[in-house]
Amino acid sequence: MKLTLHVWRQQGHGTAGTFETHEVPQVSPDMSFLDMLDLVNEEITANGGDPIAFEHDCREGICGSCGMVINGRPHGPRKLTTACQLHMRSFSDGDEIWVEPWRADSFPVLRDLVVDRAPLDRIIEAGGYISVRTGSAPEANAIAVPKPDADRAFEAAACIGCGACVAACPNASAMLFTAAKAAHLSFLPQGQAERYERALGMVAAHDEHGFGNCTNHGACQEACPKGISVRYIARLNRDLLRATLTGVGMDDGPTDA
Amino acid sequence: MELNARIPDGPIAEKWSRRRFEMKLVNPANKRKYDVIVVGTGLAGASAAATMGELGYRVHAFTFHDSARRAHSIAAQGGINAAKNYQGDGDSIRRLFQDTVKGGDFRSREANVHRLAELSVNIIDQAVAQGVPFAREYGGLLANRSFGGAQVSRTFYARGQTGQQLLLGAYQALERQVAAGTVHLHTRSELLDIVVVDGRARGIVTRDLVSGKIEAHVADAVVLATGGYSNAFFLSTNAKGCNVTATWRAYRRGAGFANPCFTQIHPTCIPLSGEYQSKLTLMSESLRNDGRIWVPKRAGDERPADAIPDAERDYYLERLYPSFGNLTPRDIASRRAKEMVDAGHGVGPLRNGVYLDFREVIRRVGRQTVSERYGNLFAMYEKITGEDPYARPMRIYPAPHYTMGGLWVDYDLMTTVPGLFAIGEANFSDHGANRLGASALMQGLADGYFIVPLTIGHYLADGPRGGLSPEDAPFRDAVSEVEGFQRRLLDVNGSRTVDSFHQELGRLLWDRCGMARSEEGLKEALERIPELREEFWRNVRVPGSADTLNQSLEKAGRVADFLEFGEIMCRDALTRDESCGAHYREEHTTEEGEARRDDERFAHAAVWEYRGEGVEPARHVEPLTFEEVALTQRSYK
Repeated sequence: MKLTLHVWRQQGHGTAGTFETHEVPQVSPDMSFLDMLDLVNEEITANGGDPIAFEHDCREGICGSCGMVINGRPHGPRKLTTACQLHMRSFSDGDEIWVEPWRADSFPVLRDLVVDRAPLDRIIEAGGYISVRTGSAPEANAIAVPKPDADRAFEAAACIGCGACVAACPNASAMLFTAAKAAHLSFLPQGQAERYERALGMVAAHDEHGFGNCTNHGACQEACPKGISVRYIARLNRDLLRATLTGVGMDDGPTDA
Repeated sequence: MELNARIPDGPIAEKWSRRRFEMKLVNPANKRKYDVIVVGTGLAGASAAATMGELGYRVHAFTFHDSARRAHSIAAQGGINAAKNYQGDGDSIRRLFQDTVKGGDFRSREANVHRLAELSVNIIDQAVAQGVPFAREYGGLLANRSFGGAQVSRTFYARGQTGQQLLLGAYQALERQVAAGTVHLHTRSELLDIVVVDGRARGIVTRDLVSGKIEAHVADAVVLATGGYSNAFFLSTNAKGCNVTATWRAYRRGAGFANPCFTQIHPTCIPLSGEYQSKLTLMSESLRNDGRIWVPKRAGDERPADAIPDAERDYYLERLYPSFGNLTPRDIASRRAKEMVDAGHGVGPLRNGVYLDFREVIRRVGRQTVSERYGNLFAMYEKITGEDPYARPMRIYPAPHYTMGGLWVDYDLMTTVPGLFAIGEANFSDHGANRLGASALMQGLADGYFIVPLTIGHYLADGPRGGLSPEDAPFRDAVSEVEGFQRRLLDVNGSRTVDSFHQELGRLLWDRCGMARSEEGLKEALERIPELREEFWRNVRVPGSADTLNQSLEKAGRVADFLEFGEIMCRDALTRDESCGAHYREEHTTEEGEARRDDERFAHAAVWEYRGEGVEPARHVEPLTFEEVALTQRSYK
């Protein structure tokens, strides 16, 4: 098939960007979207130009490196599919495709489609972990975890940290990302000791790094390639409410909600 | 080059306890006076950096990714082995040790492997405590499944995303230390050289991938956790960024490189669908728990799978290996798949695969249960091929996946360069000539959580501390050298892209140094690679400039190193004149087509020493003795 690509080019944060058009004549339906971008880049390089910079690594939908808005949708038209998993059979001969980076104040553009997502790590640093020194762990089967809880924890833990939720949200909120990690850990007995400090800490870091508030649009859930649910945001909000009302998780608060 | 493994004396089951007791310690109050660099933040790197931070060292961790969580460990699928014996099916530390030594085809160091088996149980404890959501039984306790090369169920898993969850556990522990101020994490920073001062590793040189700036970093010890080199083949299951640069630079600075030809081909990956393809996707070995591998009995049979009755299907692994069946270890399963396709029994549009069929297990336990076990893997397959593995058998074919070779290390995981440690896939140690499934995750975390944080203390207690700065001559010289290398790449300004060179090298290595190797083929490769490398330096085109984000320049440096490394891989394959594990020399096979070892001449690790640009490297050996596990011809019948 023959396709027309309009790709965002930008030298860096604070410089003006623009769309650049590329005709791509020979696209096989079995190619992945990124295979196609590679092809475009090979051509640009051969013609002496500057190839399009885009982030990618595993090319199998698990590392969270890749991320581009394709025809207005983060990761493109297919549900539960990352940009690297998107294959050209999802498009038709003659299609025009607009390719842009994640757009959010918290994600400054570094070059073309590459943005800085470091604030997501800052949120994890503020409580997205269970504090256990190496070597201090009890015997693995000492704590039984009911299978439904283990399964729910896994579902929430499947977030790949790509930032599509932020890109999709009109407020550029990262609450889905934050809530997924908080939920993963709070579904488990191991996560209970720090549950409320975690909720307070992560949301504070989230707000500090310029992400917007959640106002229940739900666009994040739609865009998420891993099917992370907004009900985790509801769960996080309940933990925040409990912490705020009872003081649990705060310095002078009770130990128990 | 002196190769002293420094294996502790005493019975094998006591060596590690003995070492822990006898090693020197660094007083808790003194640890904060030491700087340790960790390069790579995968399972081994993140766990090592986090643990050393908790212990109180000043840790400087580096990753070329935008975040520590992007390391390729994230993509590991099927599971992690541990000798917990929760299944009560006869497992033990001794059995895991034995299975691993045998699985490695008797080319690994027994003492290291036994330690690995001992530590496997601690890893599971640590992971569970961190909140890794392993699969559980209904009573709430941990579930297990079986993996290749074992007749017990000792693999712990989180659906088909075990690597992801284990890495997130280690990454979260790492970020906790970043918040605590014990670990300084440098993202988008790629190691381009190692600095050795007075014979000791004292720092590294990195490139900031956004600004292009080349910088030196000083430390008292350096730990490399930079993964494997399967991308030498261009097409592999590795992520696009994976490369050999860190270990190759270490080699050039004096670290022995062991067994580079021990490259593992994984039997179950999605077959190639075209010329443009940029990587191969792994389908976890865990699928072989339930899937049955077969090809049509008649070569060239083009009927769709469900039109071929059982009697006309060759379930060849079950036929050839009755006791292990579809769970035959990777090296053997890969070679048989290639044999079937070469003989014309291949399936799929390009006739380049074999079937992995789930029809029976779906019938037996239902679609829901199969989805719980492998859900994400089935979805991944469907996205890539457009075919539904619940309705039609999966098509699979072998692909480069893991590298058992790597930097030589002693029992303390230190290379031949004092102060330079190597952990995880970057080192050569525990898997011998073939790695068993679910043991890479085990090794990375054993090295990172439990071994190097202790053994590095022994080195530091007597070693140098401070006294150097990035302004000192060795660092400034190293920085100039790296800047010069970058400029040379950009100045060639030829007409061929970096990828085209990488593809050509990859194809050459796959054909001549892949699943089956021959003296003739290897010699051809050894002639061709220097020619290709010479053409690279004459004709590569690297657009853009050095002082900015430049992905072509990043790739170019990595490919330049692969073009050197490829030669040593072939040389190693040529000089190891036997077959063992994944290294298969057509001249040395048994009657049944299995690897025929020559234990008299080759029961050793081959360790290469760099002798200079354009000079043939020197080959040293570490003899391997097998006192605990009797040397036998591996049989999985």
